[in-house]
Amino acid sequence: MATLLRERTAAAVPLAADPALWRRINRRTWLLLAAGALWLLGFAFLHGTATLSLPAAELTDLHRILNHFNAWIADNRDGNPVFVYLLTPLRSAVGWVAGFFMAIFAASPSGQLIPVMGWLGTVAVLTWIAFAVGNVRVALLTAAVFTFFGFQGLFVDAAYTFALVVTAVLLTLVAGIPLGVLAGISNRVQKVLTPVLDFMQTMPTFVYLAPLALIFLIGPASAVIATVIYAAPPVIRLTAHGIRSIPENTREASDSLGTTGWQRLRTLQLPMARRTIVMGINQSTMAALSMVTIAALIAAPGLGQVVVVALQSLDVGTAVNSGLAIVLMAIVLDRVTTAASQRAEPGAAKSRRLSGRTRLIVLGATLVLALGVVQLSRTILWAAVFPQNLNIGPAIGDGVNAASGWLQANLYFLTHSFREAVTVGILNPFQSLLTDTPFYLLSAVIILVAYAIGHWKLAAVTALSLAVIISLGLWNDAMVTLASTLLATIMVMLLGIVFGVAMGRSSRLDQAMRPMLDAGQTMPAFVYLVPFLGLFGATRFTAIVAAIIYAAPVAIKIIADGVAGISPTVVEAAVSSGSTPWQVISKVQLPMARKTLALAANQGLMYVLAMVVIGALVGAGGLGYDVVAGFVQSSVFGKGLAAGLAIVFLGILLDRITQAAAATPVRRQVPVRKQVASKI
Amino acid sequence: MNSPVISVRNLWKVFGPGGEKVPGDPKLSQSSPADLLGRAGCVAAVRNMNFDVAKGEVFVVMGLSGSGKSTLIRCLTRLIEPTAGQVLVDGRDVLQAAPAELRELRRRKMSMVFQHFGLLPHRTVLDNVSYGLQIRGTAKKERHAASREIIELVGLKGYEQHYPDQLSGGMQQRVGLGRALAGDPDTILFDEPFSALDPLIRRDMQAEVIRLHKEMGKTMVFVTHDLSEALKLGDRILIMRDGEMVQMGSGDELVGSPADSYIADFVSEVPRADVLTLKWITRPVDAATPADAPVLAAGTLIRDAIPLVTDSSCPVLVAEPGGAVLGQIDRDSILSVIHGGVSHGAGSHGIAAQLPDGGSHASPSEEAVA
Ligand SMILES: Nc1ncnc2c1ncn2[C@@H]1O[C@H](COP(=O)(O)OP(=O)(O)OP(=O)(O)O)[C@@H](O)[C@H]1O
Ligand SMILES: [Mg+2]
Repeated sequence: MATLLRERTAAAVPLAADPALWRRINRRTWLLLAAGALWLLGFAFLHGTATLSLPAAELTDLHRILNHFNAWIADNRDGNPVFVYLLTPLRSAVGWVAGFFMAIFAASPSGQLIPVMGWLGTVAVLTWIAFAVGNVRVALLTAAVFTFFGFQGLFVDAAYTFALVVTAVLLTLVAGIPLGVLAGISNRVQKVLTPVLDFMQTMPTFVYLAPLALIFLIGPASAVIATVIYAAPPVIRLTAHGIRSIPENTREASDSLGTTGWQRLRTLQLPMARRTIVMGINQSTMAALSMVTIAALIAAPGLGQVVVVALQSLDVGTAVNSGLAIVLMAIVLDRVTTAASQRAEPGAAKSRRLSGRTRLIVLGATLVLALGVVQLSRTILWAAVFPQNLNIGPAIGDGVNAASGWLQANLYFLTHSFREAVTVGILNPFQSLLTDTPFYLLSAVIILVAYAIGHWKLAAVTALSLAVIISLGLWNDAMVTLASTLLATIMVMLLGIVFGVAMGRSSRLDQAMRPMLDAGQTMPAFVYLVPFLGLFGATRFTAIVAAIIYAAPVAIKIIADGVAGISPTVVEAAVSSGSTPWQVISKVQLPMARKTLALAANQGLMYVLAMVVIGALVGAGGLGYDVVAGFVQSSVFGKGLAAGLAIVFLGILLDRITQAAAATPVRRQVPVRKQVASKI
Repeated sequence: MNSPVISVRNLWKVFGPGGEKVPGDPKLSQSSPADLLGRAGCVAAVRNMNFDVAKGEVFVVMGLSGSGKSTLIRCLTRLIEPTAGQVLVDGRDVLQAAPAELRELRRRKMSMVFQHFGLLPHRTVLDNVSYGLQIRGTAKKERHAASREIIELVGLKGYEQHYPDQLSGGMQQRVGLGRALAGDPDTILFDEPFSALDPLIRRDMQAEVIRLHKEMGKTMVFVTHDLSEALKLGDRILIMRDGEMVQMGSGDELVGSPADSYIADFVSEVPRADVLTLKWITRPVDAATPADAPVLAAGTLIRDAIPLVTDSSCPVLVAEPGGAVLGQIDRDSILSVIHGGVSHGAGSHGIAAQLPDGGSHASPSEEAVA
């Protein structure tokens, strides 16, 4: 979920027959080969020296300083003016809003577990809202899913998650839509905001948590703040995009009538961008759900909490039960906001079956009905608290546990040997290639690669990122994470090429697979861990498999779009000159989609990285483990904070290098003046 | 001609970096478009433009694609900010107007009809037409009542609750026209309003504009690249090339005495007999012409004179409105027009040369250029 929407184009660039270009590619190939040779030689002769490995419980001075910093903040929280006048009031305000929604949907703050509205009232009100913003179908879906939460024995947890999502989305919109509008109107704001949003979206969910917990303490308030930061970019971007894509002539027509800036915004820009803005709300909502579940690590209540506890005690059944609830919640949120965006289509009113007035009457009547149900569930116990005897959650959990046990016992040979084969045969050697090579040598190799791909500027950024990781004292852990990330990304790219090319070549396959991929992308990162935990147990391998499955959809989609976007006449020409299908793929389609492949690798890497660090919850080591440990033990808090930073810089490094690969070869631009001249 | 509603003086619009230096720089402002682009990287879309538009007049701006027509008409209400010069509307310089005054001008004095309609897709026809009134702050009931009248006027009664994408192109442009009319402005600006429409609809819409002009008497500035449209609608026509005025005058002045080969080329396809009046082909009276020969007014179109002249056994006299005889015409002079219209070029110049007083207003562009 690291990147939801980026305005990066995936255009296919034909291979240029430019001699200078070929020279450059050759030079690049030489540099890359040299880097590879240097690495292998260094590994062969110097392996095991200067690895900078740091055992899990050991700290560097920097980590201890960060620990002290933590203690210092704890001591000064009540005295420092920044806290007293800014951060603490912010925390209380956010906490108050979160508390308000939690009390309504989940439980009153006084501790008794009876929500203000009761479960039946909650279901009624949410169903009505789904009907009002969407349609009857999504309303029925909402009712069914929320009732099912009750049967799962997870109603209260689901309600907590929902309440936090609502809080976070509300605050996101309050902050995000005005910012998006500003960015849509003003070029200057747009210029300042774009790199900030880019940066926010390259950061894996995980790394927001520790610093926020440091400043705002753990609990719902910091969970909401982390979620707002994570969920804001899509709605800001899409709002700005919606406003910017209003046709110039419409805007001009409105100006010609003498509109003021405010009138233009109200009568033209907001209404015409409405659908795009609601799409942004959809994406932000999905991001919010993802983050709210992960924020369980900083003590946010809800379904995420149930999953984390279950993962830590390896209780696959409970994890699956509540993972299922998260998936269902994601489906409901996605469907309702999608229906809302269709309703927001300009001119959608004309095709509606109900006229405006009838609809108002229906809405009013159903609202009264919903409020009646709320009243009912305030007075009758079975409508207030979901009846215990209908709770089939434990049964689901036991069933899954039994199934998982059976699988692990009977397929032990298969799953175990597969896992061991990959781990011993590929994962371990590759990881040791990264971790056992002396750090100075490997750094040099990476910088050389960056230089080959993107020249001095990229090499400098890379060197800086590596220097930060080294000085954070986490080189070795970073290399463990990098090894898993690279392996998973290679798998993602293989899947991406196989399925992407197939989809790009056959629109039928595309139609069949795309809904699945879309659904896969809306799921919170968390729930991917659960099924593989059941199959492979708690190991690094599980995290890598989850990361592959999590990141594959985005790569497949990008590659499919790239292949499908190749001009049909080029393919036709190749076919008519007698190429076999395989020749068409390997000689025409893949080379022409080269830029797209690099873009897919970029996005795939960011998704994989996000997942590999979360994989620490099921036994992956490296930086993710340091982060999780930092949450749990205050003695390694500083190390966890440093690991979060290291993840950020690792992300920047990978993002920049793959982006540069996606950007080259750059063809020289025809000077603008000449273009204008030829037009006259 | 009464006092002008719009006076344009030394108006410049230069696109590109450092464009504001061009009008003041004697060297740059004289250089050719290609030179200007090469040396300064600028495009002068409007160059040193001067003209007046009288009240109630239909003033047409014509030129090929890229000649700067759209830029010029947008400069009048500063939808495009001019680089230099003056645009006087009712004597006040628009270029000096503060934002509030400019808005008032756009709201009440001048509205515009666009080539691509520019309708708001999320609003019904009624709400699109009343948009300008809403912007002014007119109450809902009032603006809807006013808009319904306008909708009827532009022939869209019954479509009030439709959305733009449910209408044909011609109907959409009627909405655009209605939106411009709703605010009851003094002047309406048209930027190639009908070039996106098919020929039949275009003819309907042209007739519509002529009817509205007759009924409401509004001043109109009309941009087009279609000569027949210009001749049909325009009281006066301004022809532009590369941002400059090449010639300005009534339709028969342009056809009868083109200022240069560019205009001659431009008008060569026009059936001349349909545009020119008798005064363009009148020759001095022959001694042999009988005094009781038939008489036609000098303002008669040549086409309308054909039956009488071909039937008459002797030349026909041409008289001014006052009654004084200007000269005579005969079958040969009419034939030479029809023939000259086919073979174009030299013929038109020949006719211009015969004009007794044609030179005085035939080429104002030369004064403008000088
Ligand atoms: N925003 C702009 N930036 C730079 N140059 C522009 C801009 N708008 C117009 N131009 C240039 O100004 C010149 C005049 O353009 P304009 O649109 O006024 O022509 P036009 O006569 O309306 O043409 P058409 O009949 O195609 O609409 C053209 O050369 C064009 O390239
Ligand atoms: Mg134009």
